[in-house]
Amino acid sequence: MSEGFPRGKAAIVGAATYGIGEAPGLDSIDLAVHASVRALAAARLTPQDVDGLFVCLPSDFLSGLSLAEYLGIRPKFTDNNRTGGSAFLSHVYWAAHALAAGACDVALIAYGSNQRSGAGKLVSAQKQPWFEARYKPVMPVGAYALAASRHMHEFGTTREQLAEVAVAARGWAQKNPEAFMRDPLSVQDVLAARMVADPLTVRDCCLVTDGAAAIVLTRADRARDHCATPVHVLGCAAATDHSSIVAMPDLTVTAAAESGARAYAQAGYGPRDMDVVELYDAFTINTLLFLEDLGFCPKGEGGRFVSGGRIAPGGELPVNTNGGGLSCVHPGMYGLFTLVESAQQLMGQAGERQVPGARLALAHGNGGTLSSQVTAILGTPETL
Amino acid sequence: MSEPRFETAPLPERDYQRHLEEGRFMLQRSRSSGRFVYYPRVAEPRTGATDLEWVEVSGLGTVYATSVMRQRDPAANYNVALIDLAEGVRMMSRVEGVPPEQVRIGMAVRARIAREADGALVVFDPVEGGAGASGAGATGAGAAGGAR
Repeated sequence: MSEGFPRGKAAIVGAATYGIGEAPGLDSIDLAVHASVRALAAARLTPQDVDGLFVCLPSDFLSGLSLAEYLGIRPKFTDNNRTGGSAFLSHVYWAAHALAAGACDVALIAYGSNQRSGAGKLVSAQKQPWFEARYKPVMPVGAYALAASRHMHEFGTTREQLAEVAVAARGWAQKNPEAFMRDPLSVQDVLAARMVADPLTVRDCCLVTDGAAAIVLTRADRARDHCATPVHVLGCAAATDHSSIVAMPDLTVTAAAESGARAYAQAGYGPRDMDVVELYDAFTINTLLFLEDLGFCPKGEGGRFVSGGRIAPGGELPVNTNGGGLSCVHPGMYGLFTLVESAQQLMGQAGERQVPGARLALAHGNGGTLSSQVTAILGTPETL
Repeated sequence: MSEPRFETAPLPERDYQRHLEEGRFMLQRSRSSGRFVYYPRVAEPRTGATDLEWVEVSGLGTVYATSVMRQRDPAANYNVALIDLAEGVRMMSRVEGVPPEQVRIGMAVRARIAREADGALVVFDPVEGGAGASGAGATGAGAAGGAR
């Protein structure tokens, strides 16, 4: 029981998405509720069964209250933790503890955003700090571009290697009927796309879409009543080392090195045991950094590691099997989608993109500008 | 504003900017630890020491990371860079005097106070053929330079 984490004591029993792509006319909370009732229905539950609520909507700082009211529930526990796109993995951490302690019995984690049809562009969750603002960095892409420049400088990483990440994501998206972008994409297409912030082109950047996601967790002892294959939370850990990219100690090493090591220790598994890997790919450089920091390859080797289709369909390591933030969905914050896709893979419900016999999954969330890192290790009952 | 009650306390952003308007590039340094702080704030990170004093810095630095913010025509592209200062801290700025895409990591640069419509601003110019503050990265806390 590393760090007192209640290994395996909580399990995901329902997981759903809604409105991926464009969902005009619906508000962010409408989308979140659609995903919530779907995830609850999959677990043979309804909103009135929920007594632990975890949410952060894009433009509602009190969304724990609004969503509870909308669903008509009186939760014992609400959590609006905001660490950027990683928030939902932090929610899993606290939900697992709350369930194990008996503080709640049914936890719902939900998110929705209409930012494509509502705002038409990426909605930033953060005001730019004064010591950055006058230099007009386009954020968040500018921060990730700076990190990519440093990775290329220190390790010889190439733009082609970054492009491999986008191409692999597109390959998976082509197997996912829900994914927003499914046209063929080549390394050459990525390189020739409009440059946004050197060295990143628009195809190195995540989508701007609408979309919602939700997961439902119960204690392990009753999980089988709700789900044929409950997905147990074996480990979950968070780390943060800065907010502004100015204050990131080393632009080539993220706090995922810390969150990942702690989550693996809790779970009793390591990177080689993972069957499916879901990483928050806001930009192509993220996937390289997280593969390194989470131990799938040595530091600096990410570019070479992903070359030759290793993380694409048919490759050695299935990464971002829904198409990721790059090709499936990115409604401002993507973190919860890493959990939904992990759960659907482990439940054997991923259709054409199903990784055969998947038993263990790693879901990793990123928040801010490589600032907040949260890693969850999930497993089927046989991995307990 | 309740300024008089707090007249001895630093007002980080305002004081930093006032020094620039006066033609001085100054950063805070803790009297007790001797460490420089960037960005300006009311207490030293980690220690919480409030004995921060303003010190004029050398202005010498090295490019740690660089990018070009691409604009749609007719707006001009511009550089955004992270600069490791000789004093051991890192700041965001831009390098001028060369096309934005020709700014290189490891390039030695020197600070200049630019006068812009919305106030004075620290920017950097390449140091001609010089090594500049090439040791900046090596001396800076958490600002390791070069390949590892």
